[in-house]
Amino acid sequence: MASCDDELPQRRDALESDLSELVKKVRAQTPARLLAGRSGAAYRTHTQLELRQAHAAARDAVRTELNLLPNSTNDLGEEFARQWNLFEVCSQAASKDEYLLRPDLGRHLNDASRAELSRRCTTGRDLQIAIGDGLSVTAVARQVPQLLPLLCDGAHTRGWSVGEIFVIRYCRVGILNQIGELLTPKVAVLLIGERPGLATAESLSAYMAYQPKTLDTDANRNLISNIHARGVSSEQAARRILDLADSMIKTRASGCQLREELTPSTQNAHVPTISRTAR
Amino acid sequence: MIERFDFSDLRELFAKANEEKSGDQLAGIAARSERERVAAKHKLADLTLDEIVRRPLIDPSEDDVTRLTLDACDQKAFRGIASMTVGEYREFILDDGTTDAQLQPLQRAIIPEVAAAVTKLMSNKDLVLAAAKIRNVTRCRNTMGERGVLGIRLQPNHPADNIGGILLAAFEGLLYGCGDAVLGVNPATDSVDTVSAILVALTRLVDAYEIPTQVCCLAHITTQLAALNRGTPVDLLFQSIAGTEAANRSFGITLNMLREGREQVLEQHRQRDVRWVGDHAMYFETGQGSALSAEAHHGVDQLTLEARAYGVARAFEPFLVNSVVGFIGPEYLYDERQIIRAGLEDHFMAKLLGLPMGCDVCYTNHAAADQNSADNLLLLLSAAGCNYFMGVPCSDDVMLNYQSTSYHDALAARRLFQLRPAPEFLAWLQVMGIYRGTEPASLDSSARRQLMRGLEATLERTF
Repeated sequence: MASCDDELPQRRDALESDLSELVKKVRAQTPARLLAGRSGAAYRTHTQLELRQAHAAARDAVRTELNLLPNSTNDLGEEFARQWNLFEVCSQAASKDEYLLRPDLGRHLNDASRAELSRRCTTGRDLQIAIGDGLSVTAVARQVPQLLPLLCDGAHTRGWSVGEIFVIRYCRVGILNQIGELLTPKVAVLLIGERPGLATAESLSAYMAYQPKTLDTDANRNLISNIHARGVSSEQAARRILDLADSMIKTRASGCQLREELTPSTQNAHVPTISRTAR
Repeated sequence: MIERFDFSDLRELFAKANEEKSGDQLAGIAARSERERVAAKHKLADLTLDEIVRRPLIDPSEDDVTRLTLDACDQKAFRGIASMTVGEYREFILDDGTTDAQLQPLQRAIIPEVAAAVTKLMSNKDLVLAAAKIRNVTRCRNTMGERGVLGIRLQPNHPADNIGGILLAAFEGLLYGCGDAVLGVNPATDSVDTVSAILVALTRLVDAYEIPTQVCCLAHITTQLAALNRGTPVDLLFQSIAGTEAANRSFGITLNMLREGREQVLEQHRQRDVRWVGDHAMYFETGQGSALSAEAHHGVDQLTLEARAYGVARAFEPFLVNSVVGFIGPEYLYDERQIIRAGLEDHFMAKLLGLPMGCDVCYTNHAAADQNSADNLLLLLSAAGCNYFMGVPCSDDVMLNYQSTSYHDALAARRLFQLRPAPEFLAWLQVMGIYRGTEPASLDSSARRQLMRGLEATLERTF
């Protein structure tokens, strides 16, 4: 059997003092739960309870409903919605539970929403941005208010036309195809809440495609993920999304096809092979 | 009164004979009642293996995975079991007289659909018992899969691919005896620069401590090969794969890309000054539901499609294969019960087909599961002789946003089932003083400081 030396609190402090300045600096750069110590082949009690607490927060983030109305704690804010003329549409899922069990419904807009988009949006724009709740409304609420202005400013600087921006309830990534068919933008960007983890429930993804259309798959899309305070910053994310959109417009391609033509300075788009979002 | 259930074809029969899975319900192909499920199992039990081989679930003219698996089948060996029914085949596998020595020669005789069929007749305990008979051993820079060995993949991911953070997490895992399967990072950014930086840093760590293990960066195959062509060392070439041509296409891959990629990596192996103990050079991940998720399932159930993914994997002689069983979400595996069942099914089917099967025992935060669920599957799969699990700091993957198994879990599983790390790796742990015998040693302060020097040297070279 292994000795239990490491588990006693004073031994843990000793472990701390064994770390060089360099290692301490590196440790501060990762949200991973490192050097937690152990009780035999198990966690120490405070680790065990921290993990349970984080899981509880993540479960709650999944269950939260998107809300553009005022006075809710986990939303984009009424002022932000008004400033950006955001309006809400909905996929074919009728409830959170149905959304979780039926991803196919989350990939299609309901009839009323299709009609509303046709009525309110301009077709054929250079860039069309949509915001989807995905699996974390918390992520949308935290990241979109910083990211969206940067994206729109950058697009205008480049002289691109930008479509009216809307928010999609019960949204999956595949809805990009419908946006492409309905609104025919050159580049469509979907900002969508990632499945919450224990370290953060605030991580956002940007899925992008050039002229998305029915039957497109992940192979036709590019992904910038982990947009949150301790991952990819809003500034970095905006720059990468805009650079990628620029490449898409120039090469008239996206997904696997595009990445191989990227220059080293912009080759940072991830073709999703494993999805951590809501496909 | 005896109810009659009719099944129009094998596809429907296979789907309805499955245990309950939300993914099959989503596809609209699941049994509509428990009675119908059992009726399908009865009927499946009476089919001969030959009938299954002669009636492909997905037409070979439409799908290269069907063609690959039919072409690879050892017809001569199959003749010995062709007339068995699926029910008899189940009993043959479980029989006292049937050992690894009988099952190994038949691995290439069965097509994935046969493995899937017999799995549908097994209880959870059957799946453990049967899998525990089979050891599929592979070699790259060390030897994985021998009886009594439980490997661990270190998975030191970072949400922004911070090299220091990755190295420190990997180093801590080594102190727990983890990392014999592979030091394998999922990059947040799938770029050649990032993949190269991660592979170079992990290789430096391996070189600094002379660790007999493999490194891998789990990017898209094309990105890894672009890094390789720049001169970046690639021990294991990774790719996510699925059980239909169309699903693989949605991953941006073809069978030919896997074939050519493997040849390129083996060519690089020959040119590098490394002590290889074998030429298994591929690492694959799979998971039930991936084909449906890509709308590429041909109306076939997710268990059978998973078996077909193993048919793809074994054509390329992988060093490691694992399903990421709870990763895909509740629309395919709804809760703990379904995740545990799928984990046991995947492991058994892959072992039966000859693969060095491990498992990412995991769950997402939108599934009806928690760490207790993962504990349960970890122990069941340890009993089943699973080749390896994941080692993630405190189970919390801060890049992929899900929970897997931890360094602590590795200690627990090895201790409970008296399992060791891979032999070359264990010898290294002992030389380093990290292990005494087959258990972690108690390290004093000076030993810890001494051990950390290689990490610090690697960090200094990296920054």
